[in-house]
Amino acid sequence: MQALRRVFALNQNASWTRTVLATQQKSCLLSSSSILDIGIGLSAEKRQIQELALTFTQNEVAPHMQKWDAEHIFPVEMFTKTAALGFGAIYCKEEHGGSGLSRLDASLIFEAIATGCVTSSAYLSIHNMCAWMIDSTGTEEQRAKWLPQLAPMSRLASYCLTEPGSGSDAAALKTTAKSDGNYYVLNGSKAFISGAGATDLYLVMCRTGADGPKGISCVMVEKDTPGLSFGKIERKLGWNAQPTREVVFENCRVPKSNRLGPEGSGFGLAMRGLNGGRVNIASCSLGAAHASLLAAREYMTVRKQFGKQLAEFQALQFQLAEMAAQLVSSRLLVRQAAQSLDSGDPGAPAVCALAKLHATEQCFDVCNRALQLFGGYGYLLDFPVQQYLRDSRVNCILEGTNQVMRMLVARDIIGRLGDA
Amino acid sequence: KYIHIINKADMAASKGLKILVGCKRVIDYAVKVRVKPDRSGVVTEGVKHSMNPFDEIAVEEAVRMKEKKLAGEAVAISVGPPQSQETLRTALAMGIDRAIHVEIPLAQLEKLQPIHVSKLLAKVCESEKPDLVILGKQAIDDDCNQTGQMLAALLDWPQATFASKIEPSQDSKQLRVTREVDGGLETIDVSVPAVVTSDLRLNEPRYATLPNIMKAKKKPLAKMSPDQLGVDLQPRQEVISVEDPPVRKAGAKVESVEDLVGKLREKGLVK
Repeated sequence: MQALRRVFALNQNASWTRTVLATQQKSCLLSSSSILDIGIGLSAEKRQIQELALTFTQNEVAPHMQKWDAEHIFPVEMFTKTAALGFGAIYCKEEHGGSGLSRLDASLIFEAIATGCVTSSAYLSIHNMCAWMIDSTGTEEQRAKWLPQLAPMSRLASYCLTEPGSGSDAAALKTTAKSDGNYYVLNGSKAFISGAGATDLYLVMCRTGADGPKGISCVMVEKDTPGLSFGKIERKLGWNAQPTREVVFENCRVPKSNRLGPEGSGFGLAMRGLNGGRVNIASCSLGAAHASLLAAREYMTVRKQFGKQLAEFQALQFQLAEMAAQLVSSRLLVRQAAQSLDSGDPGAPAVCALAKLHATEQCFDVCNRALQLFGGYGYLLDFPVQQYLRDSRVNCILEGTNQVMRMLVARDIIGRLGDA
Repeated sequence: KYIHIINKADMAASKGLKILVGCKRVIDYAVKVRVKPDRSGVVTEGVKHSMNPFDEIAVEEAVRMKEKKLAGEAVAISVGPPQSQETLRTALAMGIDRAIHVEIPLAQLEKLQPIHVSKLLAKVCESEKPDLVILGKQAIDDDCNQTGQMLAALLDWPQATFASKIEPSQDSKQLRVTREVDGGLETIDVSVPAVVTSDLRLNEPRYATLPNIMKAKKKPLAKMSPDQLGVDLQPRQEVISVEDPPVRKAGAKVESVEDLVGKLREKGLVK
């Protein structure tokens, strides 16, 4: 509705760049292609949820995408609006304010929002992952305390696993949590934490026991706890609409009642969280590729060279066709992974890894090709494809590098080496 | 001077007004509409459709009146193809209580005119007996701006079109409607039952929320046919052709007011 008002009040900009951008903003997501139908294969009910997320994105997210990136703004107000629609705890139970929906619904929502800002959708998915970890593993007290704050996003959460010395080798983490009466005393640091400094609750994987995964527990640390501090805000290639910082613990005392699940269960919980996280981040890549492909298609009907529209050159048509194959195959695989999580399929983690591997790589390539199709204009910051490209690049790295995804997929195919 | 306190309870009676809201499924406002090669109409297949924006405003107003306890029940109605059910689901997700779908067979869809729609709505009003019908002032596909007015005439009900505000009247026995007219704003009191059509500034529609979308699945959606309602859909008009508007030609810039007047005289636009 607000978009309609903008249409009626649209100013007349003379510059050609602005004309292309203005048309793109309005109509580039309204493809009449069946291949590129973002609701492909979905029921009317799922389409309705997707429609809500897309409309919200067009009105409240997409118009600000460029500004948030340029000025490094973490759009907390926008997140509050998403939470009002029920996007803050999508797959948490309704009891304490969750929306009680499925991983597939979540995937549709993150994909839709990512068409308007990959970074914001990614943070929203991280927040959802943390809320779910509390919802699925927390005690009644922990759930009753935290979910009513996390679901409306009046408090925001961050997930802390990676350390300067342990990324892919996550189980080698060194942050210790030494027992002291009813408290743990945390010492160590976490790296590359999304939202750090701007969020209120940190889910920290730390060592309460011996080396290896079985010595790790998950402890919730609140923002102003003494001994909790943050490093400088990292300067990044993308994801500028979100602060990324080191999180430092120096004799940080945390009540034992903040531990999620029993001691030694933290690594398993972290990995279970990541299964969904991988579907979610792959969904963000889908949104970036979708928007980039449609933007390129639109541009190709406007730009003319050698007396013809770019869209009339077969070589470029073939580019679009290949990009469509990359996007749609990724989309179907990601949704399948979401459904396997929803149905409790024991093979779900491997499907999630495969979906993350395939979608993040293919969708990054789609964005890259789209940028090429824009020619020189693709390189200008005024045009959105470069932002989709920069923002989706890190999806191949975080939530488990695509190299780790290859390990997981291979293990599923041939079994663990040494197993009978 | 005395201060008159509006007693909302008068207007509400014990149950509140019953509102019927019309929704039309139209091509989404942001789509680049293309004329069919045979010039018989515009391309609709595979094209994104959504609820007519003025109808969204009408739905929002009905829901707000419920929230203010001025209305007790809000019913949405759509006359259109099977896909109009999606439009009705959106209305239900915004807070409407139940929906009615008058399904029009595809063959008759393209020839459907406001006169037919208003007759169908009038028939439904006979059985539903609403106190207030709110329609969008016009649909953004045909821009007819006729259905509300025709419906009021068929029912012999008062009409308040282009509403930018709806509230109880001073004595709470009528509705006070502010209308956007060429000369500015006109405020009138209408007795109920009445037909009101919504204009752009009446309100800003809400988004549905996920919980409301889920709740809407359980709300009743009844189907009816034009035959059941006894309305003849024989077209009164024949569309001869649909064409693109002429391509916009380049203009010219002038340096001064004298030049402008000179140019206007040249073109015979000014004596």
